[in-house]
Amino acid sequence: MSAAEEVVAEGHEAVEAVPKRAMTLGTTTSLVVLAALLIVPAFAKNFIIFQITMLLIYGLAVLALNILTGGSGQFSLGQSAFYAVGAYTSAVLMEQFNVNYALTLPIAGVICFGFGYLFGKPALRLSGVYLALATFALATAMPQLLKLNFLEHWTGGVQGLVVTKPDAPFGLKMSQDTWLYYFTLAVTVAIYVFSVNLLRSRSGRAFMAIRDNEIAASSMGVNVALYKTLAFGVSAGITGVSGALGAIAVQFVAPDSYTITLAISLFLGMVVGGVGWLPGSFVGAAFIIFVPNMAESISKGLSGAVFGVLLFLVIFLVPHGARQVAIVSQQMLGKLRK
Amino acid sequence: MTAVRFQFAALSAVVILCSAVSTSALAQKSYDPGATDTEIRVGNIMPYSGPASAYGVIGKTQEAYFNKINAEGGINGRKIKFISYDDAYSPPKTVEQARKLVESDEVLFIFNSLGTSTNSAIRKYMNEKKVPQLFVASGASKWNDPKQYPWTMGWQPSYASEARIYAKYIMKEKPDARIGVLFQNDDFGKDYLKGLKDGLGAKASMIVIEDSYETSEPAIDEHVVKIKASGADVFISIATPKFAAQAIKKAAEIAWHPMHIISNVSASVGGVMEPAGFEVAQGILSATYAKDGSDPQWDNDPGMKNFYAFLEKYYPKANRLDGAVVFGYGAAQTLVKVLQMCGDDLTRANVMKQAANMKDVELDTLLPGIRINTSAENFAPIEQLQMMRFKGKKWELFGSIISSELSN
Repeated sequence: MSAAEEVVAEGHEAVEAVPKRAMTLGTTTSLVVLAALLIVPAFAKNFIIFQITMLLIYGLAVLALNILTGGSGQFSLGQSAFYAVGAYTSAVLMEQFNVNYALTLPIAGVICFGFGYLFGKPALRLSGVYLALATFALATAMPQLLKLNFLEHWTGGVQGLVVTKPDAPFGLKMSQDTWLYYFTLAVTVAIYVFSVNLLRSRSGRAFMAIRDNEIAASSMGVNVALYKTLAFGVSAGITGVSGALGAIAVQFVAPDSYTITLAISLFLGMVVGGVGWLPGSFVGAAFIIFVPNMAESISKGLSGAVFGVLLFLVIFLVPHGARQVAIVSQQMLGKLRK
Repeated sequence: MTAVRFQFAALSAVVILCSAVSTSALAQKSYDPGATDTEIRVGNIMPYSGPASAYGVIGKTQEAYFNKINAEGGINGRKIKFISYDDAYSPPKTVEQARKLVESDEVLFIFNSLGTSTNSAIRKYMNEKKVPQLFVASGASKWNDPKQYPWTMGWQPSYASEARIYAKYIMKEKPDARIGVLFQNDDFGKDYLKGLKDGLGAKASMIVIEDSYETSEPAIDEHVVKIKASGADVFISIATPKFAAQAIKKAAEIAWHPMHIISNVSASVGGVMEPAGFEVAQGILSATYAKDGSDPQWDNDPGMKNFYAFLEKYYPKANRLDGAVVFGYGAAQTLVKVLQMCGDDLTRANVMKQAANMKDVELDTLLPGIRINTSAENFAPIEQLQMMRFKGKKWELFGSIISSELSN
């Protein structure tokens, strides 16, 4: 085999549809990461804990997009709209109707699932860039919809709503930030496990069959329309839960918080983390939270340009994102063992 | 020679000052996080990127101003360390940056952070933490609420204050006016309208029509026609620049010549008056509180001379036509005065106490006669404005300084 062929073969391997196992981390790695996350609050300042909480929350939103794009092959630039609906559902229920914060999460999830499912129906007729454009429209419209007069009674209009941060229950002696961190971590782990199982299930195989070849999938008996809308619904539902968590952690919702920039950030997080690789979602979330801060510390006036250069480097050097880094390092470890 | 003499004068002044301080206050030094014998850490959050990045100039001007203060020896011997972060005008990011400033950088307080919704997002946090959120850069009137939020204070005249001044002017100049109001349907427009009604008080019935528009509307021509049809002879347009220019143009097109007042946010010559057309903009009224950096009438004004000298030495790249530069300078100068008043008691509580204890403070960039006054019940530092009329190609100030306080 010539060298050129080998390169092609290697490249091909990376682009190939993700096999089921490769979508997740190994059991040992997962447990190590989980253990690390569990003991973080013992060593970190409240501010760091807050940042990691936000990382988990954005990670969930990226994960949701990953299920949609990496799983079923549909694009969305409108995730910020679902995130906003989730955040507002939780904020309005907590502040106007005195609902317990933990209860608002499933409600936000269900409402967003419905919203996403309904949006997925007409979106069925669209694919590729057209679908991206339709969802883009949803994201641009959302901040204005939230300002509507007849909703203002609940949403507070442009002024937004201030949300009360919950205290630790059962008289536990921990700060609000630490409690919220563990609460978020529990929700994240639950959703992560659910997502992994979903993609390994019959539905997950149907998603991936549609992604790889719609005609082949339908000829195998997969109900394309149903599974495409279902993917939209599940993705929106998870995004809604993460939005609700975001509202509780930030303690504030306002239309300005959920602009198209958020949707693009989430999309960016997915690409950087590796499309279709679920653990990468959290790497992507770390990228969208920490890299702008890094860029700012390099140059304040040109922070946007520095961020652009960093992003370009990532796309250029590791086009498959964190997943590629993980695979390469795994291979190197394997070689070392031999 | 002169330099030497100046140094001597400065030295003696310092000696006198030191002795005065040590005898009167017994120089009890007390510090909260962010203040030491040599340094005061000041936090700030600005939209250096994102949709409102034009305002980032404010933060840059302030950084340059604190460089000047540090180069001249600092405040009571302490250098200011100005830590300014970007929030891209996004409230969740503001929360993250505010927490970083308070919990990680341990600043003494956050100063002049910009935006209404961004500051709303951190107000509760700052008040729970008891860290001053000083001189918020936003025109909303909600920052003046010392009872509920004793750690938050505004700076510039609020939209409501400005509107009250128009109310006073109209009641004096045109007591039988029939007022037509066009307002933008958001917090800016509503704050303004409320201020106008408060200012008119019992005579609020002078408003014959109030009509709102959405920023999503491409043009507001119909609204202007509707207000004219109501028989109004005073037209107040509470609009952002693009719409204010449209309103001026449309009124001229339908040959309507009421007393036309536009809000200060749209008083830009280059952004509103010129596109609307100088010939139809003659006689339009507005109000202001700061000197215009591009107006030659201030060339020999001592305050503006300081300002120009500062720009030349510490911020030569600044655009003098940009109101944000004047704004940043004024707010930074106010802060320096407050910190000087704090002396060696650099606790968060004392910073708030001194900020709420300003008496007749004048700034280089405020119009002559406008003074900053605050008290424990009044957290609105600037509350006076002066009316101005558009003539030729620029604004001309007229009349006396008007206070927006509701004193009847």
